[in-house]
Amino acid sequence: MNKAYFEILRAGVNTTIQDKGRNHLHHVGIAVSGAIDQRNYTLSNRLVENQLNEPVVEFAYQGPLLKLKNGKINFAISGDIFFKIIRKNLEVEDGECYKSYILDEEDQIDIISTKNSTYGYLAVNGGFDLKKTWGSYSINTKANIGPNDGKKYSLNDKIFIKKIDIKSPINKKINYDYSTDNIIRIIKGTNFDYFSKDAIDKFFNEDFLITNLVDRMGIRLKGPKLENIENTNIKSEGLVRGVIQVPADGNPIIMLSDHGTVGGYPKIGVVIAADLDLVGQLTPGTKINFKEVSLEEAQNIFKAYTEDTNKYLNECN
Amino acid sequence: MVINISNLGDTAVYCDFGSEVNETINASVIDYFHHISKLIKNKKIEGITNLTPSYNKLIISFDLTITNYKKIKNFIEGLTINRDIKNNNQKIKIPVCCDDEYGLDFSRLTEKLNIDKDKILELYFSKEYFCYMTGFIAGMPFLGDLNENIRCDRLETPRLKMPKGSVGITEQFANIYTFESPGGWNIIGNTPKKIFDDKNLDQPALVNPGDKVSFYQITKEDYLNWNE
Repeated sequence: MNKAYFEILRAGVNTTIQDKGRNHLHHVGIAVSGAIDQRNYTLSNRLVENQLNEPVVEFAYQGPLLKLKNGKINFAISGDIFFKIIRKNLEVEDGECYKSYILDEEDQIDIISTKNSTYGYLAVNGGFDLKKTWGSYSINTKANIGPNDGKKYSLNDKIFIKKIDIKSPINKKINYDYSTDNIIRIIKGTNFDYFSKDAIDKFFNEDFLITNLVDRMGIRLKGPKLENIENTNIKSEGLVRGVIQVPADGNPIIMLSDHGTVGGYPKIGVVIAADLDLVGQLTPGTKINFKEVSLEEAQNIFKAYTEDTNKYLNECN
Repeated sequence: MVINISNLGDTAVYCDFGSEVNETINASVIDYFHHISKLIKNKKIEGITNLTPSYNKLIISFDLTITNYKKIKNFIEGLTINRDIKNNNQKIKIPVCCDDEYGLDFSRLTEKLNIDKDKILELYFSKEYFCYMTGFIAGMPFLGDLNENIRCDRLETPRLKMPKGSVGITEQFANIYTFESPGGWNIIGNTPKKIFDDKNLDQPALVNPGDKVSFYQITKEDYLNWNE
């Protein structure tokens, strides 16, 4: 029997494969990559009874139009997504997120758009048939590492699916309340003291706008100019996801999964781990505020975040 | 030696080795990097996800579901690091073609530095450089130190696309763009040599921290016929 695969009839804006990410390569300049919204990535796998670290399809804004060839699968989509299932007989069903579906040969999934978010996830039961590079399936388009020669998917590409026999359909659901928050919690950065008192006041009390310059590397913000009274450059040093760098123009940049491994702009703050999914989903035009928390508070908030994720995973049935 | 340890957010430890950039401080960063890498491989410490050495800092990222800042900080403070005298650092020679179609910024450099192209090349090619770190984009080496007469600031407006293989200089440093990327360094040539190889799983970067690098000039014909 021929292998099952998705034929890409429309690629979407930025369709890639992602998982938990690729570790232990920062020292050679390779970013971690991985799903921008780790919780939604994890939930998509649970909905199709996969191991939670299976690779999934990540899409942004407009997603792909996919036709299933040679097989029958279970799939699920997580995020805040508007999608339809077009059956072989051209009947159209409205898709619901956080719910598993059966897809037959020649059926199509039309991921029309994300709603109040940037990224969504498509998981199939059994996973995709892909090759791992350095312990991860994540596509890193900046260094061309991972499946599909490290490039985002384009028209007519194929995404192969591991062969599995569906004995009984998966029928799972999570009552997930997709919500966003415009308050982003941060811990003071290592160059916090480079900024004037006035800049710090503005940083915590005024709105920052998410500009159109948003991708998997980072988010550029626009707001009050943050005056640097020390030095607008530092000797390049390591970065992590969530670091907020402020270049000479005074507009902050938040680092996301594909960020450069080192950077030379002062770090005013770092988004706490529990808020990284939220930050990654922010859409252009949104206004956000920063709130300072201590390291201890951040660790407690992360514990609550993990418990919350586990609660959804356990509720899935 | 690590002078100060602090937290970078809630998922990383920031080890500060000083503010200066020199080989002694950097060698200490690299010793810590090698030492901790070995302990991770031998499963003596859990939860570390990445080590990011730079000129004078070492960032240690970790998985907050497994460990935390305090545990990693205590671990670092408890380490005894011996100077790694028999490290595996290599000497690497890299060919560069400096014809004007590859050396994009000679007119800017000759104007700013007030010396001619031949002198820039003479000073550039006569030195052996030290690799302080590899990063920003995959495999990009940060090398130093350039002769004082050819030190120049970054471009006022960075290029949106630096051609792959571009060899650049800025301040006391030299680097190589391993991928087409945005960038602001002054470009003096291009190398046909593969500096990052994702098929080489054990050591994808040709140049690693602590390595010594020297460049040699090749003709356009050599460049076009380069075969690896």
